[in-house]
Amino acid sequence: MRLYELSFSEVEDYFYKLAEVRDSLKDQGLLTEMPELKSNLKIAEGTTMVKHAFPIFQKGGVVMDVTNVKQAEIAEEGGAVSVMVLDKLPYDVRKMGGVARMADPKIIEEVMSSITIPVMAKVRIGHFYEAKVLEALDVDMIDESEVLTPADETHHINKWLFKVPFVNGARSLAEALRRISEGASMIRTKGEPGTGNVSEAVRHMKLINSELRSLVSMSEEDRNMKAREYQVSYQLLELVAKLGRLPIVNFAAGGIATPADAALMMWLGSDGLFVGSGIFKSEDPEVRARAIVMAASAWEYPEVVLEAQKMISEQKTMMGIDIKSLPPEQLLQVRDT
Amino acid sequence: MRIGIIAYQGSFEEHALQTKRAMGTGDIVPVKTSKDMRQLDGIIIPGGESTTIGMLASKLGIIDELREQISSGLPVLGTCAGAIFLAKEASDSKVKKQQDLLKVMDITVVRNYYGRQRESFEAEVDLSEIGEEKARVVFIRSPAITKVWGNSKSLSKLNGVTIMAQEGGILATTFHPELSNTLAVHKYFLSLVKK
Repeated sequence: MRLYELSFSEVEDYFYKLAEVRDSLKDQGLLTEMPELKSNLKIAEGTTMVKHAFPIFQKGGVVMDVTNVKQAEIAEEGGAVSVMVLDKLPYDVRKMGGVARMADPKIIEEVMSSITIPVMAKVRIGHFYEAKVLEALDVDMIDESEVLTPADETHHINKWLFKVPFVNGARSLAEALRRISEGASMIRTKGEPGTGNVSEAVRHMKLINSELRSLVSMSEEDRNMKAREYQVSYQLLELVAKLGRLPIVNFAAGGIATPADAALMMWLGSDGLFVGSGIFKSEDPEVRARAIVMAASAWEYPEVVLEAQKMISEQKTMMGIDIKSLPPEQLLQVRDT
Repeated sequence: MRIGIIAYQGSFEEHALQTKRAMGTGDIVPVKTSKDMRQLDGIIIPGGESTTIGMLASKLGIIDELREQISSGLPVLGTCAGAIFLAKEASDSKVKKQQDLLKVMDITVVRNYYGRQRESFEAEVDLSEIGEEKARVVFIRSPAITKVWGNSKSLSKLNGVTIMAQEGGILATTFHPELSNTLAVHKYFLSLVKK
């Protein structure tokens, strides 16, 4: 269990002071609802604090990709903290090609009325209107995801404009901080989805960790330079340096297929995990879901992870794809910056 | 003083920091297996997904130990999912499903009472019963305490709905004091531990 220097509410105070945040919220008339301001409103929905708080309750848990109600029920039974509804699992997106879009709202609705844990869904990068549709549908979180075909090659969605929190992918600290500046409430490392190969998730998590370490020990002057290089505000870098971690929750994703994979990513400092094809492309999804959940939350206990690993069979693990065998144009993680 | 925090999933790190600040000197220990349950003076069940926490608590074999120790007087603070876990009766406002509960407190809890995440909110709540006037707190996919009976009493309400209740050494809140800038709830809980 980690103890930080700043509490959640102190981190939030910082966010409210960030100029970028303030300006975009002011434009939306949301500034009056901010917590430190005297307000006549008794209750405020969809504030930055409310959006940043949601992922805190996902920490230590596993979010599972599902494509129908049956899989969603297996995920809930297995102890998932949330499900992510997709049209096709990343493995199938990879196989089938074509344009991958948001899931069918009717299926998302069915899933929402059959389980009690939160329901997330993916939209294409930069697709403001798919996100508006999902917000109207009342999903709990939106994933602006590179697994789907990007709708905008240069811009991401301005996530400050939504009441629903967003999760975004990142491969490096710079990418993570740009997404946070755009209003993301949660980060996930991209890994290489649909491959059953955890190596890219490991690489991204280690890179972010080492960039964080170097930021902490950097002089103010160098940090200023970094802010320019990363294209984010200096205040955000200052907050990150103070915390020694991202100021919002960071999950690992892409290629996690076994309980040991899950424990490895937690050991590397992830707050939790997204598991996609790893569960429903295996031959033992019910047991595997439970085993991965156990390994993720009790990762400090190798004997528990061993027990979890024994629950599944390597023979039934999804067939992996070696990243090195993929031509560059088939990599999903590079589809945005 | 030794305070345990159920650390499978959810806001356990945030509870640890708030408890440390409220307590000054003392130990905070993460609790995952029954071994960790030894020699605790109090325990915190954090917010998170109650189905996940319940599944892990029974799978890793602490649920009986927890029920036993709380029944024999171990003070406990349950927030959000933690409050659901403590309740004698809990239901979901939409999906009817059974889950593992401790059933140690005379309260009825309805899950996701206010709706989904879009309906999550922050609000100013009245903490005058526990020594602070008002505090701004967040409610995330929050449950509601819809009935308080027997030895339980309501300590605070928001628009007529109970958001904090106490039964002896058991304290339950539907909001998240660990994500607020007040230490009042943690200090009040620690005062129950000292008794």
